[in-house]
Amino acid sequence: MKPINQKAWWLVLPVVICVAFSAVLPLMTVVNYSVQDIISPERRVFVGTEWFAAVMRDEELHAALWRQLTFSLAVLAVEIPLGIALALSMPARGWRASLVLVLVALSLLIPWNVVGTIWQIYGRADIGLLGAALAWLGVDYSYTGDATDAWITVLAMDVWHWTPLVALLCYAGLRSIPDAYYQAARIDGASRLAVFRYIQLPKLRGVLMIAVLLRFMDSFMIYTEPFVLTGGGPGNATTFLSQYLTQKAVGQFDLGPAAAFSLIYFLIILLLCFILYNWMQRVGTADREGAGHE
Amino acid sequence: MNEARFRWRTLFLLAYLLFALLPIYWMVNMSFKTNQEILASFTLLPQQFTWANYATIFTDASWYSGYINSLIYVAINMVISIAVALPAAYAFSRYSFLGDKHVFFWLLTNRMTPPAVFLLPFFQLYTTLGLMDTHIAVALAHLVFNVPLAVWILEGFMSGVPREIDETAYIDGYSFPRFFLTLFLPLIKSGVGVAAFFCFMFSWVELLLARTLTSVDAKPIVSVMTRTVSASGMDWAVLAAAGTLTILPGAVVIWFVRHYIAKGFAMGRV
Amino acid sequence: MFAWMVWTTPVAVFFCCIALMLVGMTVWEIKAPTVSRKGFLPIATTRGDRLFIGLLAAAYINLGFIGLAGKLAEWLSLAQEPSIWISFVVSMAVLALILRRG
Repeated sequence: MKPINQKAWWLVLPVVICVAFSAVLPLMTVVNYSVQDIISPERRVFVGTEWFAAVMRDEELHAALWRQLTFSLAVLAVEIPLGIALALSMPARGWRASLVLVLVALSLLIPWNVVGTIWQIYGRADIGLLGAALAWLGVDYSYTGDATDAWITVLAMDVWHWTPLVALLCYAGLRSIPDAYYQAARIDGASRLAVFRYIQLPKLRGVLMIAVLLRFMDSFMIYTEPFVLTGGGPGNATTFLSQYLTQKAVGQFDLGPAAAFSLIYFLIILLLCFILYNWMQRVGTADREGAGHE
Repeated sequence: MNEARFRWRTLFLLAYLLFALLPIYWMVNMSFKTNQEILASFTLLPQQFTWANYATIFTDASWYSGYINSLIYVAINMVISIAVALPAAYAFSRYSFLGDKHVFFWLLTNRMTPPAVFLLPFFQLYTTLGLMDTHIAVALAHLVFNVPLAVWILEGFMSGVPREIDETAYIDGYSFPRFFLTLFLPLIKSGVGVAAFFCFMFSWVELLLARTLTSVDAKPIVSVMTRTVSASGMDWAVLAAAGTLTILPGAVVIWFVRHYIAKGFAMGRV
Repeated sequence: MFAWMVWTTPVAVFFCCIALMLVGMTVWEIKAPTVSRKGFLPIATTRGDRLFIGLLAAAYINLGFIGLAGKLAEWLSLAQEPSIWISFVVSMAVLALILRRG
């Protein structure tokens, strides 16, 4: 158990002030937007829950929500195992470790609008490497024409862009395991799988939780990359929640409904993250208790 | 180490690197081509090799000042984020106090707000404070998502350090600041490295807030780039060159923190 | 100064309630520290956790009700949509239940 010490609040206070300054007032403002019809700051009408009702009954939104959930789950299902595998296969020390680390991190550093633009060319069969390679292999592929292709391309782009985040976190976590643990495992004659399951995975729990939640939140709010790449099409295939929201907020300039939409959006992410957070914590605790009984 | 396993690992790593680097190669490739060549033909290497796109960026003040502006606010943001996150993460990892878990979770919720609508109140808040179009405004706005992340990452690494170390140090007569700076900080170097890199990265690539809060004096590179879309079509080549240049500062940052990430936990050999 | 926040009375009341709740919970916590316990919720919770879960549940109940209000009016052939106050009362009851038994 951690000792109780209320003075620890003084250490946390700067963070709370920093974040509250830019987070609380905008949130309150958005709640205000969501219950009014705002024509101008002086001319506004209180409309109660009307916008919420409109958003909740919007069929298109339900479709976008399901698309979004599927996409985010696919992102997690691909990126988390791939990131762990990548972290395990990266060299531990020497110049090779440095080189691989930098190369792996590169894709994270490209601004999101550029990511979309690059893939736009990269995926084209006539002038892009990926598209041309697929055409050469005889695959009929077009991210602008075919809904499945577009969806897979957005997923591939996200995997390309964000797997390094999972890998870097796991890599740093792996490096923090003392050598003594591995030595003990070697003396016990533990298999590779056992080392992973009982030494590496429990130590990675903390960073994995960060990775899973970060990737979940960020993929749930993905906007710039698919917007630039496919513009949400073909049809609605890659119109995710955030894109739909922006169409409302900017396209039609309906501040009230868009604000209500944002709050519902926020509540959905909040609930899912809360469940995920508690579930991962429980799995971790059960794990440790299990280890204690052995 | 098992020879066959080693080979599989290397093969997997090389395959991933190929997947990771090909789009980047394509971007660099595009940056040395002319727009005409990009759109007209498929060429693995530039046929008419040109530096013109880079020349455009380095000679046009609005382009290169974009890089400088971005670097300034990212640096401010990184320093503030790490400076406030370190003590907080220590408090979360070492003590329990009133509402600790709730504050921790509340911090995380600040990453969960979809930006589209929140941009307007941000704009108005900073206008009211007279901070519009300053570097500090963007740096402060980016704290909302970077500070929680930094606290979270650092807390994870600090929890990995046994508490006996703190207790021994206090018994040995270390004051808190001295213990923290000379003993504790070196132990969580890898955490600081990772947190600093992530703060840099998220602030560097963020587009919507940075674009909303700036107009001229603090205009960041990500927003200058959107200029390449014009009525006459896209200026693909210059955009690719600008994209290539945006990778470089980050690559330098990760090069500097790589030792912290790779070296990990110094306690391992005690 | 705060005109840009376009305040309305109901929202102000709402945030005051939240603030009061937080202050109240803090005072209560100082007077009588909470113990983590297991109720009908799947996880062991403290008072603060239950308040958060309860508020989240209340928000979802209200939203669900607003979403279904039109359909409800149709099924029950009501002259107008049922009032939001119904779901508000229900959600507060759920909040109380979670606080006490969760």
